[in-house]
Amino acid sequence: MGRFLERLLQLIPVLLGVSLIVFLMLALTPGDPVEIMIGDQNMTAEQEALLRSDLGLDRPLPERFLNFLGNAVQGDFGTSYFHRRPVSEVISERLPATIELSLVAMLIALATAIPLGVAAAIHKNTIIDRIATVGSLFGVSLPGFWFGILLLMLFAVHLRLLPVSGRIGFESEVPSVTGFLLIDTLLQGRFSAFLDALKHILLPAITLGLPMTAILTRVTRTAMLEVMRQDYVAFAEAKGISRRRILFRHALKNALIPTVSVAAIETGSLLGGNMIVETVFGWPGLGRLVVESIFVRNYPLVQAAVLLYAVTYVLMNFVADILYTVLNPRVKL
Amino acid sequence: MSAVSDPATASPAASLFRRNLATFAENRLAVASAAILLGFVVMAVFAPWIAPQDPNETDLFRRLQPPAWMPGGEWAYLLGCDALGRDIFSRIIYGARISIFIGTVVVAVATVIGILAGLAAGYLRGWVDTLISRLIDILLGFPYLIFAIGLMAMMGPGLVNIILALVYKEWVIPARVVRGETLAVRELEYVEAARALGASRFHIMIREIMPNVLSAVLVVATIRMADVIILEASLSFLGLGVQPPTASWGSMVADGRAFILEAWWVSTFPGLAILTLVLVINVASQGLRDAFDPRFHE
Amino acid sequence: MSGTMGNLLEVRGLRTVFDTRAGEVRAVDGVDLDVRPGECLGVVGESGSGKSVTFASVMGLVRSPGRIEEGTIRFEGRDLRALSPKELRRIRGRHIAMTMQDALTALNPALTIGEQILEVLYAHDETLPSVGRARTEAARKKAVEMLTLVGIPSADDRLRYYPHEFSGGMRQRIMIAIALACRPKLLIADEPTTALDVTIQAQVLELIADIRTRLGMSVVLITHDLGVVSEYCDRVMVLYAGQVVEEGPTAAVIGDPRHPYTKGLLRSIPRLSLRGQPIEPIEGQVPDLIGLPPQCRFYSRCNERIDACLQPIAMREIGAARRARCIRLEEETRP
Repeated sequence: MGRFLERLLQLIPVLLGVSLIVFLMLALTPGDPVEIMIGDQNMTAEQEALLRSDLGLDRPLPERFLNFLGNAVQGDFGTSYFHRRPVSEVISERLPATIELSLVAMLIALATAIPLGVAAAIHKNTIIDRIATVGSLFGVSLPGFWFGILLLMLFAVHLRLLPVSGRIGFESEVPSVTGFLLIDTLLQGRFSAFLDALKHILLPAITLGLPMTAILTRVTRTAMLEVMRQDYVAFAEAKGISRRRILFRHALKNALIPTVSVAAIETGSLLGGNMIVETVFGWPGLGRLVVESIFVRNYPLVQAAVLLYAVTYVLMNFVADILYTVLNPRVKL
Repeated sequence: MSAVSDPATASPAASLFRRNLATFAENRLAVASAAILLGFVVMAVFAPWIAPQDPNETDLFRRLQPPAWMPGGEWAYLLGCDALGRDIFSRIIYGARISIFIGTVVVAVATVIGILAGLAAGYLRGWVDTLISRLIDILLGFPYLIFAIGLMAMMGPGLVNIILALVYKEWVIPARVVRGETLAVRELEYVEAARALGASRFHIMIREIMPNVLSAVLVVATIRMADVIILEASLSFLGLGVQPPTASWGSMVADGRAFILEAWWVSTFPGLAILTLVLVINVASQGLRDAFDPRFHE
Repeated sequence: MSGTMGNLLEVRGLRTVFDTRAGEVRAVDGVDLDVRPGECLGVVGESGSGKSVTFASVMGLVRSPGRIEEGTIRFEGRDLRALSPKELRRIRGRHIAMTMQDALTALNPALTIGEQILEVLYAHDETLPSVGRARTEAARKKAVEMLTLVGIPSADDRLRYYPHEFSGGMRQRIMIAIALACRPKLLIADEPTTALDVTIQAQVLELIADIRTRLGMSVVLITHDLGVVSEYCDRVMVLYAGQVVEEGPTAAVIGDPRHPYTKGLLRSIPRLSLRGQPIEPIEGQVPDLIGLPPQCRFYSRCNERIDACLQPIAMREIGAARRARCIRLEEETRP
């Protein structure tokens, strides 16, 4: 348990530092944020001063940071001027769509990469291995936004198999329970709506998951090859146990240790990819909201979202660390 | 042992370098990729002489004109035209300048900063190490693209801002590598010898340690180039990159998004250019890594 | 040597090669060997002599780029090379078991030792009840029994432990327990002591010897230590560069070595060097096993070599039970 607590404590300075940087991103930006925010709108000097004190901009920098931090901890990220509602409210509305997309993308990545990587390692230098190796090279080299557009052109425009954008068709909309459409539709027994939601999420999730799939395939393959060379695999073979057991119990359990670590790091590409993929596929999630907010200079929202993404990422890495410990008995929790 | 300034110590390293280079030359795929990469660089440098058209000249009569081999195409406009009637082929040639320039500058600047920070952290230890390592940990807490998007959102678009936004995060990667290598090298005999001879800390870091960590860093730098190019293209795609009318591959793909129904070529070709460039960098750098860094051998 | 029906393991003309970029490496080149029921055979040689590869071949564990090119391997009269992988698995771990040099690397770090010993029982032990709790209980009981036999205290609790939670000597015992879980007829112990402290080495060897008599199994002890052989083995086989160079009853071979290499090995061991002679290591190295000339393989390092050694040298019988691969055997017999 000592290690768990130690890691938990180590999170604090990182989270503080991350918040500071997010704060400074806006605070140290050249130009007056109020003026940028006002933009072309007409505002009286009083209105401007009110906005300034409302945002706390007339305070010294350290105090502003403490305020920012204090509010952030309470989930208060100020007001989205564009929506005329609290930022936290606007973000939490869009969050389920983004989480759902990310989870499905991760699921696709893991479900593709681990079997493919294992198969490539077992059948080294065969056609399967070639496909996995070349495939993962392309996977890391493909710009996601372009790959998404190609998928759209092929499956939505050309073959008309899948929808072009959105989360679900109008006719399939269901009352929200969890906010995750794949779950909500099933809960309410709307199987056709579930299929519709599935069709909508397929292309964005594949696009989002592609770089992760590519990297995890490579990592799994390398780890598996490394593990298969170990004495304990030879010893297991000498014991006369089944090949399946050797591969999946003896080899894969060890090979998954690096795979899980890398998967956590790669959630970074998943989180960043959200902005791109949601833009390409018109996915009504947080990523697209952020991109839209940038262009209407809705800075409080952008700031809050960047912080949210960063904190999620830090926590993901923490979870991966714990998972690593669970998988690897040599490291004590 | 005259480790401080013995020219003889350079020669085994030089022959190792030659042997590694020979290993690289045997890898035909990597050499071919390096050749294509060189082609891209030539294309970027000599863009004004190579491009058949002015990349920014609009011609509404050529709006969404298809590629040359399709009905309605012209050989002077090989890959067709975009919605403003600009020649896609010429814009791709000019776009190479942005991708390669940003990729090179960001990685170069980040590598220099990373080497200095990594050397300082790994060799001086103490509060310098604490400070730099903390900063590295914090920056690693941001997903890369999110960090860049956040910064670009606040700083506003533009060439210099992209470079800054990427460098702010990118230096962490070489810095970690250099710090690790420095920690491994600092206790070695020849460094001890230099210390015993009274060499200054600066001298030891730059002359004794840096040459030994350089090959690892250069390998990392080539790999990073590919990622930085995709990041720049992603920012440009979102409209947070270089500003129009300057041709950037990412923004060209974005331009074509609205026309995927009627003009597939507008998005397809610039994207293909990104894919090709990134692919050859990845293959070439993997060849370089296999040849120069035995630890990465499978 | 003519095959006798009574042999437990009988290998004839075994040739195992590794395809490398530089050429074909003949790691094992025409090895014949017998293991009789209940006996302990010592197999001695430097690293690269082919001793480990020989028994990896017997176990069917030679990995690519290695392959068995020629030879027969008979266990209780069945040709192991003719068996399907599945049939071979039924023999491995059940009738022929193997322990490896270092238990630290041979035990899977991610699995409990309980799982690692139970899986052998589940795979092979037909006396276990076929399903359910009874099966688990019976297997557990057997595992605990075997662990206790090799000297693991409170084995019942230790089943949940991971390999890294044991000391080096304990790990070695656990590995032996796993190998012996199904009470095999033949145990191949590949350098069981090299990874251990001197004090623990003797304990582990005593353990193997003790269990051998209790279970009545045969043991092949692969080692580079003739001292170990002289203490524990009934017969000894000396390998050099992929060939058997000398073979016979331990006492006879060590008391009166015939092959110059065996003599050299004996001279290089302090406690066995005879009549206070100084310790002399054998000069030179094992020859490169690629494209060997058809001469005596020990030629380059031999201090008794003559021109006649530059031809292929066959195994020669010395009496009923001994053989050696040296052209000067006849002169040497009567000094």
